[in-house]
This record gives sequence, C-alpha cells and structure tokens, in this order.
Amino acid sequence: MTVISRKADNQIAHLSSEDVQAIGRELEAIRRDVLESRGARDAAYIRRVIQVQRSLELGSRAVLLFSKWRPAWVVGTAGLAVAKILENMEIGHNVLHGQWDWMRDPKIHSSTWEWDHASPAEQWKRTHNDMHHTYTNVIGKDNDLGYGIMRVDEDQPWQPRHLLQPFENLLNALFFEYGITLYDLDMGQYMRTGKKIDGAFKRRVKGALRKVGRQVTKDYVVHPLMSGPSAKSTLTANFTANVIRNVWSHAVIMCGHFPEGVETFETDSIEGETKDEWYVRQMLGSANIDGPPLMHIMTGNLSHQIEHHLFPDLPSNRYGEIAPRVRELFEKYDLAYVSGSLPKQVYSAWRKIIRLSLPNDFFGANKTPEGSTPTAPLVVLAPAAVLG
Amino acid sequence: MLREGLTRVAEALATPLVPADYFDMFDPLRKGADLRGRIEEIHMETADAATIVIRAGADWAGHVPGQYVRIGVDIDGVRTWRPYSLTHGPRGDGRISVTVKAVPDGLVSNHLVRHTKPGTLVHLEQAAGDFVLPPEGGRFTFITAGSGITPVIGILRNLFPVTDDGVLRLERSDNFDIVVVHVAPSQPESIFIDNLRSLDEAGAIRLIARYDDQHGILDVNALGELVPDLAERTTYACGPGGLLDALESFHDTKEVPLQVEKFRATYVEPGEGGTVTFAKSGVTIDVDGATTLMEAAEEAGVLMPSGCRMGICFTCVLPLKEGVVRDLRNGEITSVTESDNVRVQTCINAAAGACTFDH
Repeated sequence: MTVISRKADNQIAHLSSEDVQAIGRELEAIRRDVLESRGARDAAYIRRVIQVQRSLELGSRAVLLFSKWRPAWVVGTAGLAVAKILENMEIGHNVLHGQWDWMRDPKIHSSTWEWDHASPAEQWKRTHNDMHHTYTNVIGKDNDLGYGIMRVDEDQPWQPRHLLQPFENLLNALFFEYGITLYDLDMGQYMRTGKKIDGAFKRRVKGALRKVGRQVTKDYVVHPLMSGPSAKSTLTANFTANVIRNVWSHAVIMCGHFPEGVETFETDSIEGETKDEWYVRQMLGSANIDGPPLMHIMTGNLSHQIEHHLFPDLPSNRYGEIAPRVRELFEKYDLAYVSGSLPKQVYSAWRKIIRLSLPNDFFGANKTPEGSTPTAPLVVLAPAAVLG
Repeated sequence: MLREGLTRVAEALATPLVPADYFDMFDPLRKGADLRGRIEEIHMETADAATIVIRAGADWAGHVPGQYVRIGVDIDGVRTWRPYSLTHGPRGDGRISVTVKAVPDGLVSNHLVRHTKPGTLVHLEQAAGDFVLPPEGGRFTFITAGSGITPVIGILRNLFPVTDDGVLRLERSDNFDIVVVHVAPSQPESIFIDNLRSLDEAGAIRLIARYDDQHGILDVNALGELVPDLAERTTYACGPGGLLDALESFHDTKEVPLQVEKFRATYVEPGEGGTVTFAKSGVTIDVDGATTLMEAAEEAGVLMPSGCRMGICFTCVLPLKEGVVRDLRNGEITSVTESDNVRVQTCINAAAGACTFDH
C-alpha cells in the first residue's frame, strides 16, 4: 500500500468533482432510507442480541463453577469466549458508536454503556469514534494504521525496530484489549516523543487502571473464588476465553484496514476536505469480509467495514442490507470494493506486516508486490486535483 | 454489613454491568428495580378511549387521587413518555389504571388504545401532581373537558366508590360538596359519563353535562348561570389549554380560587432558530436556524465537548431537557419534552425553537 496520490494507477484520478458530489448524494440517499425505516424491528434486534449474550454469559459462568470437570471447562470456556466476543463486537462497539441512541433507552446508549474490555468506554470513544473514524487511513493522523507501533504502509519510513513487528503483532493479538488500552491512553506518543505528562493523561491512566482492576478482579479473582474447588480451572478458563476473544477481535480488526487493496491518504490531501470527499476516502480506506450470517454477527458486522465506515452511526443489523447498493455504487464509478474471505484477508494483512518489517527495496525495487513505483516522481496532489 | 458485602461481591461479579441488569432478565417488577409496570388488562370505554390496568413494580409508592403518572412506552423502537391521570383511588388489588383517549395524530394515545397487548412492559415514574383535594373536605366545582375528566374521575371514585349495590356513601366523604361541569363534543364520545350519572343519581355529586352539539360551545363567562354559587366554591379545572386560559382570566376577575391541571404540550411545532439555554453554564443565547448549536455555544464562550464536528463520533452529545432541534444534514426534527431523556449531537443540530440543555 502506498498513499493513493503517489500510485501510478491512482484509482480516483478518473473521478470528476461532479462524480464525487454524485457519490455523496447517492450515499446520503441510502442513509436516509435506513433512517426512515429504522424502528421496532431494529430495536427488537439489539435487545434480542443483548438478551442472548447475557444468557450465554450467565450460563457459561454457571457451568464454569464446575470447571474442574474437563467437559465443563471446555463448554464453559467456549460459551464465555463467544459471549465476550458478542459483547465487544456486535453490542459494545456498536452501542458506543451511538448506533442505538435513537431508541432513547438510557440503558442502551453510547453515553452510559460500559463494555467488557480493559479500556474504559470513554477513552475508546475518543480514539476510535473521533480520531480513527474521522481521519481514517490518513498517514500521520490515523493512529489505527499500525496502532502507532507497526509499519503497515510503504510510506511510513522503515526503522530497524520494525524488524520485530511480526512478533509485536502476535503479542498484540493475544493481549489485544491491553494493547488497545495503552493505545487509547496515547501511551506510545507520550513515550516516543517525550510529550510532557499532563493532567489529562494522568486522569486517563487513573481511569484505565480502575477499569483494568475491575476487569481483572472479576475474571481472575471473584469468579474463580466462587467456583471453590474449581477455582484454578475457572481462572484458566476465563484467561482462555479472554485470549480467544482477543485473537478473534484482533483478526477482524486487522481485516478492516490492512489487507492489500485498501488505500491510504496523505495528510495534505484532507485539508479542506468536503463531506463528499470524506465519503470517497471511507469507501477506499476499508475492506470487507465475506461469510455466512453468523460470521457477520460475530464480527459485530465489521465484516461490513466499508458500510460501517460510511455510516458509523447506522444500526449494525442494516449494514448487510445496504451492502449491495453500496457495492453497486463502487461498480458504477469503477472503484475497488475490497472484500474477501476471513482466511484470505487475515493472510493478506499478516503478509503485509511481515513484508513491511523489512525496508521497501529489500526484494529489489521492481518486486514490490503491488507494482507501486518508488522511482515515480513524487507528486503530492492537492485535494482539489485528487478528489474535487 | 453482610448485605453490603454481598452487594459488593455481586457488583464485582457483574461488572461492567450491574447486578440489576441480570435480575431484570428474570423479574423486572422486583423491589429495587427501575420502576416499570406490566399491562394486565385493556378495557374499551368508548370507541376511542380505553382504560389500561397496570401491575406496577414493587417500589410503586402509591398515589393521591387526582395525581398523574408518567408512562414510557416504546413506539417504533423509540422510548416515548406521556403523563396520564390515575382514574381511581387506591385499589384493593394493588394495581393502577389510567384511561387514555386516542386523539388524532396522538402517537402514544393511539398506540396505547389500539396497538398495545396485555403483557407489555411499560416504564413508569412515581405519581406526581398537586391536583388533589384537601382531606378535610369543602365545596368544589370541577370543570372538565374531554379527557380532562380523568384526574377528576380518580378523585370521585375514591370519595364515592361504586359497587354492585350502588354508590357507597362513606363518612369521610360527607364533607365534600361537589359540582361537576363536564364538557364533551357529544354524548357518545364522553368518557365515564355513566359513572358520573350514577354518582349524580345517588346524590353524591351534582352533574352538569354540556355537549357541544346540543348546547353549543361552553361560554366561560356564563358559568355563573350553570353554577350559581360558583363564587363560594373552589374550582378545579382540567382540559385543553384554551379553556384553561379562559377560566384563569374569568376566575381572576371574580377572585374565585382556581386549581388547574395542565398536561404539557407533547409536540412543539419546529421553527427557525430560538433561545438556547445552557442551564449548568448559566448561558442563554439567541441563535439562528442555520448555525449549529456547537458553533453558537462556543462563540458565546460555553465549553462544549467536541470531536469530529461532522456528526459521526457522538462525542458532542448533550442532554436536551426541553426543546426542538433540526439536523442540518437532512432536516430531521427532534422534539423533546421534560424527562424524555434525549441526548442530541450539537455539531450537526441547530435550534428549531427554544431549547434548554443540561450542560
């Protein structure tokens, strides 16, 4: 991946400013259709998912009271892992986006929801809803590009520390929720740039420690103690469930923006960006995952990452429904709708992380996989030339 | 001590949820739960009015006849609150009931009268309102129009219970001398008219029924002819705003005490811009209909939470206590009355009327 304006085959070069406006209008029409038909069916959906998730969590925790017995450990761990995945992905992430605020139910609301995750909802909303969703895939602005620790784009300069990034990514996958917690704290920024520790940072650290404390106490102290003689095996069960959830959500999220074919953008290119141009950037900056309905639910419908990035506040159960219309729009304007099966996208993302742990010209200038041409004249196109 | 310890353990087990979230799955009406009720029966009173009998949660604190309860129902997935008068005294079965008239375009009233089934859970607040009679008695005129009869019927049923053997005369009710002037468009549309008549026949009250199609629209200034001793009584009135306004000026001139029950307008017609108050910041500003609330407030020096400034991140949502706003992206109107519990995005909404924010 190379920022879009430096590519030889820049896929938005053919769009006129009228095209970009027309795309914006068509996307607004899709959004309006969903808003107008949003109602009891959607409310029933999220309440049902919450009901299923809580029943599953309660049932799994009950089974784990007898986790000393091997089959109970297996069943309970699997159930708890699924419950935690549902809670983080289809419920937590989406509720925190404000997708269900329209129901006016104070219990299912972005401002009151807290999720089963190490990072406090408040801090997650800041870095995710605001920073990542506003500046999606803009190099230097969107820290989700490699989470500030990895090099996931040719245009991020290579440093020797990147040699370690495949191992870092593996570690991040296993303990993803803690990786995100550090990320939400801007920890990397404070450590690398020597930014002065301020009051806001201290407050965030305190809040995060409190949240982590509660999460750890629950999974590794109170629930194990409740299991009496099964305490030790309940502890390992909870640990395993957390790791499964971490690995799964890490994989899904890697598939959202890292696979080959997803575009990145230069900081300059978003100056004075219009809403229509923002829409186009979202279209090209995300990738979808193909699969059966159950997979969509387990990914929190982030398998429809493109639709989610276009309309982060529409109910997640609608993404699949509007996907064909969005895809049609891509085809109409000859844009690449990046989509693939979960194994394919995970492989693609991992391959990139391993490849970019080495310098760009490591395989020789002509062998860079996407045919990006490092020798091409470095033209930084003004946004007007690219998008408008 | 033990109880406190158990609560702490339960909280540690349930985090990030609270234990109540799990208890609610099994018993939403239990003690300690957010106040809810289950609709148990729905009786049609007239063609477009129904009495709804609700089993309230264990923490229901009871009511004084004449008071109202705010009920929250989910309509098209959206929690919507309305106040309704309790149409009875304390009931032996511990349930509560409200009588709802389906008014044209009435979102909640139509939903409750025509589309609600027994078994539905609704959200409740404790009874409230000071439209109640002094317990020692006295002489009163009730003036009610349309569904304005509902708080009055609650008061009357409590004073004069109707049994199979007729109206019961209780000692505690001997000191109440009551005239009811009841106004309705026509007789068949009159809720509780049978109830009022039997009270009248039993001598418990004096009923003066006025139907617009028979007697013409009620002239407030001619009230003295209908109730000659009006000036020696205290008037209690409940009905549409126009009638209450007329009664207020009439009673002012005659210096007769008046107690009214007003149900707030539930929908405010959207306009362009308005006066916006940030209650906690103590700032009030006049804004036009094209400036976002965030820009206008920041301009006036209010410290506003903000994020993407394009309507996607929900960092900027603030609780709108009351008012109307318009989404500048698509013109969508959000109209909010007290305790609707609505948070709106300030970065893409503009005022469409007077607004008060809890910020």
